[in-house]
Amino acid sequence: MSMLTVSGVETFYGAIQALHGVDIHVDEGEIVTLIGANGAGKSTLLMTICGSPQARTGSIVFEGEDITALPTHQIMRKGISQSPEGRRIFPRMTVLENLKMGAAFSEPANFDTDLEQVYTLFPRLKERAEQRGGTLSGGEQQMLAIGRALMSRPRLLLLDEPSLGIAPMLVRQIFTAIKQINVQQGVTILLVEQNAYHALRLAHRGYVLVNGTIQMTGAGKDLLERPEIRAAYLEGGTS
Amino acid sequence: MAAIDYPQQAKESLLAGIVALALTVPMMGLRTTSGQDGMVIDIRMGDAALTALGVAVGHFVISLIRQALQQRSPKETKTEKSARLKSVAIWIGWASFAFALTLPVTLNLTENLGLHDKTRYYLDIGILVLTYVMLGWGLNIVVGLAGLLDLGYVAFYAVGAYSYALIAAHFGWSFWVCLPLAGLFAAFFGVILGFPVLRLRGDYLAIVTLGFGEIVRVVLLNWYQFTGGPDGLSRIPRPDFFGLPFKRSSSEGETFHQFFGLDYSSIHRIIFLYYLIFILALITNAFTLRIRKLPVGRAWEALREDEIACRSLGLNPTNTKLTAFAIGAMFGGFAGAFFATRQGFISPESFTFIESAVILAIVVLGGMGSQIGVVIAAAVLIGGTEMFRGLEEFRMLAFGMAMVAIMVWKPRGLLANREPTVTLNGDKEAKP
Repeated sequence: MSMLTVSGVETFYGAIQALHGVDIHVDEGEIVTLIGANGAGKSTLLMTICGSPQARTGSIVFEGEDITALPTHQIMRKGISQSPEGRRIFPRMTVLENLKMGAAFSEPANFDTDLEQVYTLFPRLKERAEQRGGTLSGGEQQMLAIGRALMSRPRLLLLDEPSLGIAPMLVRQIFTAIKQINVQQGVTILLVEQNAYHALRLAHRGYVLVNGTIQMTGAGKDLLERPEIRAAYLEGGTS
Repeated sequence: MAAIDYPQQAKESLLAGIVALALTVPMMGLRTTSGQDGMVIDIRMGDAALTALGVAVGHFVISLIRQALQQRSPKETKTEKSARLKSVAIWIGWASFAFALTLPVTLNLTENLGLHDKTRYYLDIGILVLTYVMLGWGLNIVVGLAGLLDLGYVAFYAVGAYSYALIAAHFGWSFWVCLPLAGLFAAFFGVILGFPVLRLRGDYLAIVTLGFGEIVRVVLLNWYQFTGGPDGLSRIPRPDFFGLPFKRSSSEGETFHQFFGLDYSSIHRIIFLYYLIFILALITNAFTLRIRKLPVGRAWEALREDEIACRSLGLNPTNTKLTAFAIGAMFGGFAGAFFATRQGFISPESFTFIESAVILAIVVLGGMGSQIGVVIAAAVLIGGTEMFRGLEEFRMLAFGMAMVAIMVWKPRGLLANREPTVTLNGDKEAKP
């Protein structure tokens, strides 16, 4: 049985329809990536899973429970965690405080273990533990956003464009970390990316979202081979 | 490092002088006076020119000093600066704590030495300043920590004052019973207001709270049977020292001075009130410092930083804001109850919008979220205006100038240095 099932979801921003009946599913232990052009609805789909905005029709089922109509903060306490688009760390709070916020609703006894795990994954965060979030570089902020999301011990991690606006060298580091999170910690990952090359190479499966509908799906490596994908998303961009 | 460019400075100062001249000629140079045959224009170009010259010279001197200062102190790094600010803040904190603690004694001693004869007056100012410090700290929870711009904080102050006055008058309960009740009522009002409006953000929230502040005042003004309307409530019971009243004599047992074998003096009550508000303010401060390190306090701060991120971490923004609003309101209510018992008389006139504005100014000028900043700002804004009461007309002018000056040189407030709530080597105890 799949961990997350999204079926027939339509989402609107006011009168504008952003998703036209999307069906995806994520199985336990997978890395699934969602690629597509700007405005295709990738982030909208991710946010719809989080309940903000809520889907107008269709259903979202997580671990057998229908979470379509739950408020965001309840969904986020069910074992789903998100590193939002644009990172959204707390700029005036220190790295450590940011991580503490991530653990706001988890067992306090686990804090030290979880913190150590995040520090092992991103040693840079340990070096900067007492620095304000706002003084970190873009890449470090992304590490912090992912680390913060991991502090609640999620079973499903949603990542929204972790490579956005980050130096290429750090992009590679972050994708390596995503792989580690999946393999070593056994966290299922749904990854939204514009950087299709990296994302598809990493993912077990991928979906291609065009204008609010799923146009293609398949194993990551297969999608990477398809000429139409190469033409649309990888033109000149194999960085 | 470049040397000071004197000709350039002189040119700028000359320009400032010319601008000043252009302003002073019509504003100072021509003055209308009522002479024998109606209005006469009195020409005083000499004064105008002198003022303009003063501006030019002053500009020159100030810019020289500023440049000299800039050259002397090499740029310090951000961490050095924040460490220095932190130690300064702690030092100021303890200094003002000691000053406030010993103020009545100091005043008494100096009066006995014949240095002044206004102990009571200075104590009254002290009480007033401490009241505003407490209000500032209360509002700091809402504005500084949770980042909710509340322009109607005075409403909770009013609710506290009126609930104290009404409960004490109707039921005859003592101050120590009524005080927590007043706080509870204010917190309750905070929840009532907060529930519908906290989905609003920023400017919209500010407008609604502004409206709420006015509604409370208007209700107090018009509900004549209950609140006495514009006449207010008088003969509010004075606080007693745990059952011992501050009176010359009492029909119901001992009074304060009899119990302690002192000569009767009206100053006892003032000193008691002073320490009462001092302790109340310290409680507010201790509470804030403590709660910042607890999950709920950290959640307030996170909410101020980024609401969407908070929601994605499983935080319920409405509840979190509501707690901040209610707790801030509660401290406003305590301060209101104190105000009522000190004055012995309250009327809606004490709870106008300007009060909210002053409290907010204290928080903003002090540096949002900074506890010491609030103390300094309250001392300057309230104590300062009170001290210069003789210069009635110029008080608001000075008030405005102080605000402009702070906004120009310290746009984030006097002490805008946020203390982390957790550190690597365990929690270091923060100072008041």
